[in-house]
Amino acid sequence: MASEIKQGTLELVNHLPILQVITPMLIAPILVVLNNKTLSWLLSFLGALACLAISILLIQAVSDGSILTYYLGGWVPPIGIEYRIDAANAILLFLISIISAIVLIFSYSSLHAEIPEEKHTLFYSCFLLCLTGLLGVVATADIFNVFVFLEISSLSTYVLVAQGAYLDRRALSASFNYLIMGTIGATFFVIGIGYIYMATGSLNMMDIAERVNQLSDNRTIQAGFAFIVVGMGLKLAMVPLHVWLPNAYTFAPTVVTCFLAATATKVALYVLIRFVFSVFNYEDNFVNELFFLLLMPLAVIAMIAASVIAIFKQNLKKLLAYSSLAQIGYMLLGLSLMNQKGLASSLVHMVNHGFTKAALFMSLGAFMLKTKNAYIKSLRGLGKSMPFTSAAFVIGGLSLIGVPGTAGFISKWLLLEAALETGYWLVAILIIASSLFAVIYIWKIIEVLYFSESSESYNEVSVLTLMPMWILALFCIFLGINTSLTVDVANMATEILFK
Amino acid sequence: MPIEFLIFLTVFSPALVGGLNLIFSKKPNVRDTVTLLGALITFYFSVNIFLGFDGQATQYKLATIMPGIDISFHIEPLGIIFSLLASGLWILTHIYAIGYMRGAKEKNHSRFFFFFSVSIASVMGISFSGNLFTLFLFYEVLTLITFPLVSHKGSTEALRGARVYLSILLGTSIGLQLLGIIWVYFSVGTLDFVKGGILNGSFGSFELILLVGLFAFGIGKAALFPFHRWLPAAMVAPTPVSALLHAVAVVKAGVFTVLKVGVYIFGVDSLSVSGATDWLTWLACFSILFASLIAMTKDNLKARLAYSTISQLAYVVLAFSLANSLGVLGGALQIVTHAFGKITLFMCAGSIYVATKKTNISDMRGLGRVMPITFLSFLIGAISIIGLPPMGGSWAKWFLLLSSLEADKQFVVLVLLISSLLNISYLLPLVAKGFYLNPIDQTEIKSFKEPSALVWLPPAITAGISFLLFFYVGYIRDFMINFGLVS
Repeated sequence: MASEIKQGTLELVNHLPILQVITPMLIAPILVVLNNKTLSWLLSFLGALACLAISILLIQAVSDGSILTYYLGGWVPPIGIEYRIDAANAILLFLISIISAIVLIFSYSSLHAEIPEEKHTLFYSCFLLCLTGLLGVVATADIFNVFVFLEISSLSTYVLVAQGAYLDRRALSASFNYLIMGTIGATFFVIGIGYIYMATGSLNMMDIAERVNQLSDNRTIQAGFAFIVVGMGLKLAMVPLHVWLPNAYTFAPTVVTCFLAATATKVALYVLIRFVFSVFNYEDNFVNELFFLLLMPLAVIAMIAASVIAIFKQNLKKLLAYSSLAQIGYMLLGLSLMNQKGLASSLVHMVNHGFTKAALFMSLGAFMLKTKNAYIKSLRGLGKSMPFTSAAFVIGGLSLIGVPGTAGFISKWLLLEAALETGYWLVAILIIASSLFAVIYIWKIIEVLYFSESSESYNEVSVLTLMPMWILALFCIFLGINTSLTVDVANMATEILFK
Repeated sequence: MPIEFLIFLTVFSPALVGGLNLIFSKKPNVRDTVTLLGALITFYFSVNIFLGFDGQATQYKLATIMPGIDISFHIEPLGIIFSLLASGLWILTHIYAIGYMRGAKEKNHSRFFFFFSVSIASVMGISFSGNLFTLFLFYEVLTLITFPLVSHKGSTEALRGARVYLSILLGTSIGLQLLGIIWVYFSVGTLDFVKGGILNGSFGSFELILLVGLFAFGIGKAALFPFHRWLPAAMVAPTPVSALLHAVAVVKAGVFTVLKVGVYIFGVDSLSVSGATDWLTWLACFSILFASLIAMTKDNLKARLAYSTISQLAYVVLAFSLANSLGVLGGALQIVTHAFGKITLFMCAGSIYVATKKTNISDMRGLGRVMPITFLSFLIGAISIIGLPPMGGSWAKWFLLLSSLEADKQFVVLVLLISSLLNISYLLPLVAKGFYLNPIDQTEIKSFKEPSALVWLPPAITAGISFLLFFYVGYIRDFMINFGLVS
C-alpha cells in the first residue's frame, strides 16, 4: 500500500491537521468576549461545521492509505510536536465533528429548557473546548500532547455535566464523582507516560515505537503500559472502572449526554488502540496476555452484565447509559481479539454506535422537552402524539439491537466474524446473548411508546429539534446499507495499524 | 419489462401501498380501494415474473453492504410459487379484511392496513432473495412489521401475546439463525443461493448436524417444537392477520426459508448422503403428532387451528429432513395446499366471530344451519388439510409418503397416517356440531345469519381453489420439474 508522508509546502491540505484542532479552540474565547447567546450558538455551530468540512477533507486525503503529518511550529519531531492523520484517526475526527455539529443544531431549541439563558455563552464556550480536546487527542502523535488535550476535554466535560444542576442537583455530585475518577484516570495516564519517557527519552509516538522495539521485555515500559491501560480504562468506562458513567450521563443536560455518549468514550478507546499499535509492539507477549487475560473477560462481563442491568432501569437516560457500557464492551472485545477483523469491527462500531446512541439520547431528549422527566412511564402512548420523535427512537433502537439493514448489524456482523476467526465460539454466543438483552430493554420502551394508553397528550417537537434527530436516525440506516465510509476506512486503518 | 425491474416492483408496490394507506387514512373507501388495486398489481407483477422466468439463475445485485455481502435477488421456482401464493391470497384476504375490520368494529384501520401491506412487501422480498443475507434481512423486517399487527388490540392480553411472538421469533433468528449464517459465510466465503448447495464439504459430519440445528431451530417462523409457542400466542391478532400471516405469509416464509436453505445452501444430495438431518426427521414427526394432540384439547377455534398449523408446518420441515427430490416436491406442494386450506379455515373462524362473536367450538352447535356457506367452506378446507381426496392437500401428503419410502424411513409413513387420523378427529367435529347438533339457545340462533359477502365469499373462493388444486396439481409439479428444482 502506498504510504507517503506529506509535509512542508503551504498548500491548505497540509495545514488541515492543525486547523482541525485549532478552529474550535480559537472560537471558544471569542464567545466569552462577545457574550451574546444567539451569536455564540451561531459561531459554535459554524465552528463545528468548519471542523466537519476539514474532517471530510482529511478523510478524503487519507482514504488512499497515505498519512498526513504536521510539525507544530516547524519543529521537527522528536523535538517538536507532531500531528499525524491516518485512516484510523480521520474516521474519528469525522465522527466527533459531525456529532458536534448535529448536537449543536439540537441545542438551539433544547438548551433553554435546561440551562438559564445567561449561562449559554459559557456553555457553548465549554462545549467548544471539549470539542477541541477530543479532536486534539485524536489528531496528535505526541503522547504528552494527548494528555494535555485529554485534560482540556475532561475539565470542560466536568463543567458541562455540572450544568445539569439547574434541573436536578444530583448533577453536581455526578460531576464531582466524574471529576475524581477522571482525575485518577488522568494521573495514571500521565504516570504511564512518565515511565515511557523514562525508558525511551521520547514523547513522539513513532520515535517511541522504534525505541520500544529495541527494549524488549523492559519492566519500565511494561509498567508504563499497564498504567496507561488502567488510566484509559477509567476514561473509557471499562467495567469495573465505569461507576462514574451512568450518573454523569443521566444528570448531564441532554445535549452534553448526546455528545459525550457518541464521542468521549470512543476517544479514550482510540487512545488505547493507538498506544497498543503505534506506540507499543502489539505482537509483544505482555501486551497480548494483558489483553487476553484482562480486557477480554472484562469486555464480555460489560457486554452481558450492563445489558442485564439496563433491562431493569426505569430512568431511560440511565438505561441508555448502561447500554452504552455494554456497547463499549463490544468495542473493547473487538480490540482484545487482537486481529485485523476484530480491530476493524471495533473501529466501525465506534462510528456506528456513536450515531446510534446519539440518535437515541436525542430523541429521548426530545421526549423530555415535553414530559420533563426521563422515566419510562411518562412516555406512555407518545407514539401517537409524537410520531416523528418516536419513529426516530425506534430506528435508533433497532440499530442498537443490530437488526439487519441498520448500522448496528454491520458492526455486530464484523465482530462475530472476528470472534469466529479467532475460534472463540463462546464469545460469539455471548455477543448474541447480549444483543438479545438489548431487544428486551429496547422493546420495553417501544411497547410503552406505542401500545399503552396515554395519560397526557403532547404536541410534536419543533422541526428544528426533529431535524438533527432524523439526520442521526437516517445515518443509522445509511451506515447499515452503505459501508464505504465505515468498513472501508476501518480496513484501511487496521492495515496501517497492523503494519 | 426487464425481469430485475419486475422483482423490484413486486417488492416495492406493496410498500408503496402501505404508504398510501397512511395518506388516505381519513377516507376509508379510497384507502381500501387503493390497497385492493395495489394487491392486484402486485399479483400481476408476480404473474409476469412467473411468465418471464426462463430458468436462468441470475443474481440481480441491488447494493453491496460489505465485500461479499450483497442485497441481491434471484428468481427460482420455489420463490415464484411462494410469491404467487402470497400476493394472490393477499387480494382475497384484503377483501375479507375490509369486511372483517368493519364488521368486528376493530380500531386503527389505517395503521392495520399499513403494516399489513408492508409485511407483504417483506414477504415478496423473502421469496426473491438471492442470498442468505437478503433473506435474513427481509425475514427480520417481517418479524418487526407484523408485531404491531399481533398487538393490534392493545389490550394486556394482546401485548403479552405479541411479546411472546416477538421474543421467540427475534430470539431464535438472532440467537441461532444469524450464528448459522455467519458460520456459513465464515467457512464458505459466500452466502449466495446456488442450486446443489454451497457448502461443498467444508463442514464435517458433526458440524453439519449442528448447522442443520441452527437453521431448523433458528428459522423460528417454521414453528418447530420447542419454538412453536409464538404461533398460538399470535392468535390474539385480528383474524385477517391470523389468516394471511399466520396461515400463509409468516409461517410459510419460515418453511419456505427451510426448504430454500435445504436446496440452495445445503444441497439436497449432500444432505441425504451425510445423514445430518436424520435427527430432524424424528423431531419433525414428534412435532407433527404433539401439536395435533394439543390441538384436540383446545376449545378455542383459533387456538385449535394454530396448533394444527404447527403440525402442518412440521410436514415441510419433515420434507426438508427427508432430503430428496420427492420431499422437496411434497414440501412445496404442502406450502401451497396448506395455504389454501388453512386460510379457508381461519377466514371461516373469522366470519363465525363476526356473525356471532363466538370463539369456542363448544358454543357453535347448530350454527351450520344458519351459516351454511361458511361451514361448507370449512369442511372443504378441513378435508384438504387432512389430506383426503378430492382436495389438493392429498397430493402433498402423497409425495411426502413416497419421499419417506425413498429415504427408507418407513416409520414416517405411520406417523403421517396417524396424523391424518388426528386431523380428522379435531377438524371435522366442528362441522358435525354445526350441522347435526341442536343449538343450545334456540332463540339466539335465529338472530344469526351469514355476515356480509365480503366476509363469506373469500373463504368460499379459497375452498374452491383447494378443490381445483386436486386436479391441477400436475402443473405445479411440471413447473418444478421443468426448471430443475426436482427431478
